[in-house]
Amino acid sequence: MIDLDDTDRAILRALAQEGGLSAGELGRRLDLSQPATWRRVRRLEEAGILAGNRVEVDRAALGFGVTVFLGVKLATRGRVSLEDFERAVVAIPEVQVVQHVLGLFDYRLRVVARDIADFERVLRRRIMTLPGVGQVEANVVLTEERRPGPLA
Amino acid sequence: MPDDTDRRLLRHLLTEPKLGTAELAERAGVTTATCWRRLERLRAEGVIRKQEAVIDWRALGYAVEVSLRFTLDKTNPRAFDEFLAAAREVPEVVTIETLLGRVDVRLSVIARDMGHYQQVYRSRILTLPHIAELEALMLIATIKESEALPL
Repeated sequence: MIDLDDTDRAILRALAQEGGLSAGELGRRLDLSQPATWRRVRRLEEAGILAGNRVEVDRAALGFGVTVFLGVKLATRGRVSLEDFERAVVAIPEVQVVQHVLGLFDYRLRVVARDIADFERVLRRRIMTLPGVGQVEANVVLTEERRPGPLA
Repeated sequence: MPDDTDRRLLRHLLTEPKLGTAELAERAGVTTATCWRRLERLRAEGVIRKQEAVIDWRALGYAVEVSLRFTLDKTNPRAFDEFLAAAREVPEVVTIETLLGRVDVRLSVIARDMGHYQQVYRSRILTLPHIAELEALMLIATIKESEALPL
């Protein structure tokens, strides 16, 4: 693991706000030369700390008005293969996020749908038919907010 | 309203957010100039809200991530606002979601190890206002994480 100084943290904070910033622009904001900025960004990428970009869109404007988090418990009876479940669930285009968790549920899924009727279709035809699926709990997302995290 | 070309551009961009304008244009079958103009318009219209770097907290030494699901005491009309304001003050909280269902709010909390998590949990989480019920899901692995839409 690499040690970060204040400049590295400032770079991470700036890029977490605006991922598309060029090394030149980023350097100007932090009072750093373009090559020095570029070297630091490269180092953060190589350490796996900067792990790509995320594009956030207004899903409702694109016709996807409903986002739902599902807690999924696999059925306990019989031998359930996690691999079979995972292989099938990641292939569903409406499923954006799949997390294996420990607790009340086995998996957390984020599902997008056009509206509640469309969500019901995805739930019945795609989710409830997954191999090994047991109890499912749905919570509709009202707001989502990403925080800067411990970078201060 | 986004048309078919916009949708095609967004489909590629959401699937591969690293693509530059020229590569994106090629995949979507438009000229670079058209691609650039359309992306600018989608940003101006707020369809593209933000392009941000993904920070891998594990690579930064935060090995623990827990999803905390809260039910709030809704007899207090200020419960949501006060809870959310207090949660924003906790640096280890990386995501805040409000939900409709059995759970009211979900927080993603990161920590360096279990000892650190226990400390954050006791001193910063259990002290948040208006908690009625709380349950935790410990993240084992993220199998898929994508902003892609079936456009």
